[in-house]
Amino acid sequence: MRELKILAVVVFFSLLVYVLVEPFAHSQMHKHVEGHNFVYTGEADIVQASKEKKETKKKFWSDVKKIASIKGDVKAGEAVFANCVACHNGANVNMGGVIPPKLDHAGSIYDKNYLIALIKDPAMASNVDHKYEDTSTHPMGSVKFTVNSDKDIADVVAYMLVHKAGEATPKEAYEEACVRCHAMRYDKLTQLGETPGFKYEKDALAHKIKVLEEQEKVKTYMGKLPPDLSMIIRARSENFLETFIENPQSQLPGTSMPRVGLSKEGYEKVKAYLTAIGDPSKPERERLGPWVIGFFIIFSILAYLWKKEKWRGHY
Amino acid sequence: MAKFDENAKPFSEKWLDERIGLNTLKRVLQTEYWIPKNINFLWAMGMILAATFGILLVSGIFLLMHYKPDVDMAFDSVNYTIMTEVGYGWLWRHIHGVAASLVFLIIYIHMFTGIYYGSYKRGRELIWLSGMALFVAFSAEAFSGYMLPWGQMSYWAGMVITNLFSMGSLELNGLVEWIRGDYVPGDAYLMRFFMLHVLLIPLVIIGLIVLHFGTLRLPHVNNQEGEDIDFEEAEKLYKEGKIKESKVIPFSPVFLSKDVFVMGIYFILFFYLVFYHFNFAMDPVNFDPADGLKTPAHIYPEWYFLWSYEILRPFNKDIGLIAFGIAQAALFFLPFIDRSPVVAPAHKRPLFKIWFWVLVIDMIALTVLGKLPPEGIFNTLGTVFAILFLLLGPALVWITTIEKKQAKGV
Repeated sequence: MRELKILAVVVFFSLLVYVLVEPFAHSQMHKHVEGHNFVYTGEADIVQASKEKKETKKKFWSDVKKIASIKGDVKAGEAVFANCVACHNGANVNMGGVIPPKLDHAGSIYDKNYLIALIKDPAMASNVDHKYEDTSTHPMGSVKFTVNSDKDIADVVAYMLVHKAGEATPKEAYEEACVRCHAMRYDKLTQLGETPGFKYEKDALAHKIKVLEEQEKVKTYMGKLPPDLSMIIRARSENFLETFIENPQSQLPGTSMPRVGLSKEGYEKVKAYLTAIGDPSKPERERLGPWVIGFFIIFSILAYLWKKEKWRGHY
Repeated sequence: MAKFDENAKPFSEKWLDERIGLNTLKRVLQTEYWIPKNINFLWAMGMILAATFGILLVSGIFLLMHYKPDVDMAFDSVNYTIMTEVGYGWLWRHIHGVAASLVFLIIYIHMFTGIYYGSYKRGRELIWLSGMALFVAFSAEAFSGYMLPWGQMSYWAGMVITNLFSMGSLELNGLVEWIRGDYVPGDAYLMRFFMLHVLLIPLVIIGLIVLHFGTLRLPHVNNQEGEDIDFEEAEKLYKEGKIKESKVIPFSPVFLSKDVFVMGIYFILFFYLVFYHFNFAMDPVNFDPADGLKTPAHIYPEWYFLWSYEILRPFNKDIGLIAFGIAQAALFFLPFIDRSPVVAPAHKRPLFKIWFWVLVIDMIALTVLGKLPPEGIFNTLGTVFAILFLLLGPALVWITTIEKKQAKGV
C-alpha cells in the first residue's frame, strides 16, 4: 500500500537523523571510560600514573592486597576505631579543609579494599597524591601515626565491616559520602548538612554565615567550590557518573576531587538519592504513562472507525 | 439595512446566521471547502502542526504561571519549582519540550512534502512564502524559549547566536550589545527573550497561521499527482451525490476525519516520547546552571538548527555568514528558483527527483555534522556538504529550465 510505503520512508529518515544526532554524536563527543564495577585494585591508577610513580603505586596496591588477606580481629578493631572517632565524630567541624565524614555506615557504603587503602595512605587511595607532592599534607595524613601496622588496619576494617555496616538510606549515604563538599540545595543540604528551620531571621542568617565560612574553607582546600549536585542526575550520563565516582581522574585528569571509594551498594544508594531529588517525577511518569498512551490508542481506533464511515462510498 | 427575523430565537441557527453569516462561514470553511480526494497522510501534517502549536500554547501557559524570568531564579524555577512543587509541572514541561522538538520534525516533513509534490507553484506561491515566514517565526520562538531555563547551553548558545549580529568583519559590536541589552547575556537579555517568547513571537505566529490558511483557500490544496482539478465541475458532481466520480471531498467532515485519525497515531508517538524518551529534547548540558566563566566543551544548537549551523561553521567567519544568509534566503525563493511550469510529484520529474533526494540527504548530512566535533574528517565532510547545499540552488535553475523547454516541446 502506497501510504505505508510513504510512512516507511518518513520513519526511516526520522530514525536515521535521531540515531546519528543523538547516540552517535554523543559517543563521538564524550570519551568512553570502562568501569570496574566499584572494585578497587588500583589497576587504573597504575596505568594512569607517571613513569616515576608507577612502581610506588604498584607496591602500594599490592600491600593493600596483602592486608586484605589478613583476617582482622573485630574485638581488637574496636579499640583501634577509638582513634578514628577523635576526628570522625559528627561534630561538623572543619579539619584541614573539609569536615571529617561520619562513619556510621562505612562498612556497607564503602569497599573493603578501599577502606584498607585509605587508612594506609589516604592520598594514594583517593588517587589525588598529585595534590600533596609539594608541601601540604592530606587532612587525614595523621592516620599513619595512629593506625600504623597492617594488623591494626585489618582489625579496624574488620570492625567497620561488622559494626558499621547497617543499611543506609539513600540520603544517609549521600550525607556520609558526598555532602562535606557537595551541597544539594533542592533538598536543603549544605556542606554543613541538613539546614534546620529557624524561627527568627537572624538565626537563619547566622546559619547562612556559618555555611559561607565552611564553603570558603572547602574552596581553599579544593581550589574551587565543588558543584551543587541537585540536577546532576540529568546533567551527566549514567556512564559518566559511574566511572567518575569510581575514579574521578579517569574522566577529569588532574581534578582535585578524591575517589570516595563507594561500593556497588553505596553507589546505588547515592544514585537513588540523586534521582529522587534531580528527577522526582520518575515514579509518577511510570504510573501515568500507560494510561495516557492507552487513551490515544483507543482514540485512534475510534477515529479510524469514524474515518471509514465518512469515506464510505468515495472510492 | 439587512433583514432580521423578529421571531428568531436568540442564538438559534437562524439568529446567528443573520448576524454573523454562520451558514456562509460553514460553507466556505467546511462543507464546501473542497479538498482533492487523491491525497495521502502527508496531507494531514498541517493539522498536526496546528494541534502541536495548540499543545505548545496550553502547556506554555501553565509553565508561564510559575516561571521566573530572573537570572538568579530562572534555573531553579524551572528545575525545582515546576519539576517538584507544581502539581504535574513536570508533565507540562516535558510536553512543552517534546512538542518544541517534534513541531520542527513535522515542519520539515511538511516542507519536504511541499517540495516533493511541487506544491509551491501555479498559484500556490504565497502558501510557500507564508509557510517559510512561519518557519522563521517558529525558529525565533524556539531560540528565545531555549534561553529561558538559563542553563549552560541557554547562556552559551545565546552568546554564540547573538554574536552573529556583529556581522563578521563589520564588527558591529554596538548592535550585539543593543540586542543583548548588556555586554554579555544577563538579566536584561533574559527578560527581553522572555517577552519575545511569551508575547510578541506567539502573536506573530498566530497571525501567520491565519495568513497561511488564507493563502490556501483559493488555489486549493495540491494532490498526489499534481493534477489541475476543475473544482467547479468536481463540486457539481459531489453535490449531485456522485461522490465516487467526483475528485474532491469536503474539508469537514470527510477530510477532517482522516486528519483526526492521523493525529491519534501521532499522539501515541508524542506521549510515548513525553513519558519514556524525553531526553532527546532536553540536552544534559542545559541542566548545569549558566556560568559565564565556564565554557562547555561542546556548544551546539538543538537538532533542527544544525544544518544551518553547519553551513556557517566550516568557512571563515565572513564567508560562513554569507553562505548562511544565502542558504536561508534560497529556501524562501524556491517558487521563483524553480522555473518549470510542471506541477507533478518528484518521481514523475526525472532530474528533479535526483535533485530532491540529494537535497534531503545533504540536509541530513549537514544536520549530523553540525553536532559532531569539527575535527578531522568531520570538518572536511562539513565543507563538502555545505558547498553542495549552495550548489543545489543553481542546479535547480538549470534542471527546471531544461524541464521548461521539454514541457514546451511536447
